[in-house]
Amino acid sequence: MTIERPNRPAMVRKPGEYFQRDRDIHPPAFTPGYKTSVTRSPQKALLSLEQSLSEMTGPVFNHNAIGELDHDMILNYAKDGEPIGQRIIVHGRVMDESGKGIPNTLVEAWQANAGGRYRHKKDTYLAPIDPNFGGCGRCLTDEEGYYYFRTIKPGPYPWRNYINSWRPAHIHLSIFGPSFSQRLITQMYFEGDPLIDICPIVKTIPDEEAIKRLIAPMDLNASVPLDCRAYKFDIVLRGRRSTLFENRLEGN
Amino acid sequence: MVQPLTYFKETPSQTAGPYVHIGLAPAYAGFDIFENNFSNVVAGPNTKGERIKVKGRVIDGTGTPVRDVMLESWQANSEGKYNHPEDSQDKAVEEDFLGWGRICSDFDTGVYTIDTIKPGPVPGRNGAIQAPHISLWIVARGINIGLQTRVYFSDEVAANAKDPVLNFVEQEERRQTLIAQRSEENGEVIYTFDIYLQGEQETVFFDV
Repeated sequence: MTIERPNRPAMVRKPGEYFQRDRDIHPPAFTPGYKTSVTRSPQKALLSLEQSLSEMTGPVFNHNAIGELDHDMILNYAKDGEPIGQRIIVHGRVMDESGKGIPNTLVEAWQANAGGRYRHKKDTYLAPIDPNFGGCGRCLTDEEGYYYFRTIKPGPYPWRNYINSWRPAHIHLSIFGPSFSQRLITQMYFEGDPLIDICPIVKTIPDEEAIKRLIAPMDLNASVPLDCRAYKFDIVLRGRRSTLFENRLEGN
Repeated sequence: MVQPLTYFKETPSQTAGPYVHIGLAPAYAGFDIFENNFSNVVAGPNTKGERIKVKGRVIDGTGTPVRDVMLESWQANSEGKYNHPEDSQDKAVEEDFLGWGRICSDFDTGVYTIDTIKPGPVPGRNGAIQAPHISLWIVARGINIGLQTRVYFSDEVAANAKDPVLNFVEQEERRQTLIAQRSEENGEVIYTFDIYLQGEQETVFFDV
């Protein structure tokens, strides 16, 4: 039996603009402790833009773009054996600020090898290259927003900031989401690393709580016994309004 | 007391660092790993529209080109339609038009190049029409959070004059920092777009 409610139109929940970015939890542009930021930071205020189609859309990637081993840094550059170092899984969920998983989105990762050496023609650190380790991976999240990589835990790395500056062990991560306004690059750090507290790049983030959200806990439950340990790293992209009572025309 | 307002917080940004190429453009780092690589070619041979190159440098506060910068571009096709499921305009998108490009500057000169087609005008807010533009996202060592800007075109004078975003830039002279200059070299259409990160000529950057 159908109950008729002639005077009650269905409630419309139309996906709308993305939440305003909370700039207080992100690093500001000018952070003199990280010296390169001094001449690479805009001095004028950013111009806040109400979102149009240009900001609410973004590139969509399909599975054809990604190779079968792209997510596996233990195997994707193995030449005559496997790379040396601590074997780990890095896994987690990409979600938005409402906690909703973001499916089929591209996650890319890059890092140094176990000794802190990058496979990059501009890296001249004396620690050796690992012939079986490239140091980059990528994957698409699954239907629920989950992703994982297999890799080698990266080593700390010296860099020219102060005379004796060392980066904590870290993995760079790049994430898309469905709109160009969610585009994000960040770095994941490892639980218990004493270099985190003194790193000028970590300290570009003004908010202690926000820093904690970049530190991945060890996750024994996701480890593979006698093979590799795991670290869990969830990634949150901007959430999205849904307009509850839509009474404006399409495109507004 | 009130109910807790339970939203998660966005993951904070960190710099892409000097070795961003390893993960996002391995050929630039000096090695070959993936079968498919992303590139600065936004439109394939079957995409309609005027073939153009957008070319320029990203320049720091001392006037020095940033040679380790990476940019990404996002644009509509020549009909003004985005290759995205939420663009509901009744227009077609070519199969070989991704709309997105990943662009690295040259390590010696700092010059970047986007190989694309000129986009058409796209809908703005509240029924307005936006002048043709390309959205850019810029990351590098020393940039803590990606910078967003837009490229407009010098030969779109009338459309630019009505563009809601350009008109939102309060100082008229700063609008010029968003307009790429058209020229022709050996039969190619080149739009020159230098990006000034800091100082007197500073490019307008957006919080989108």
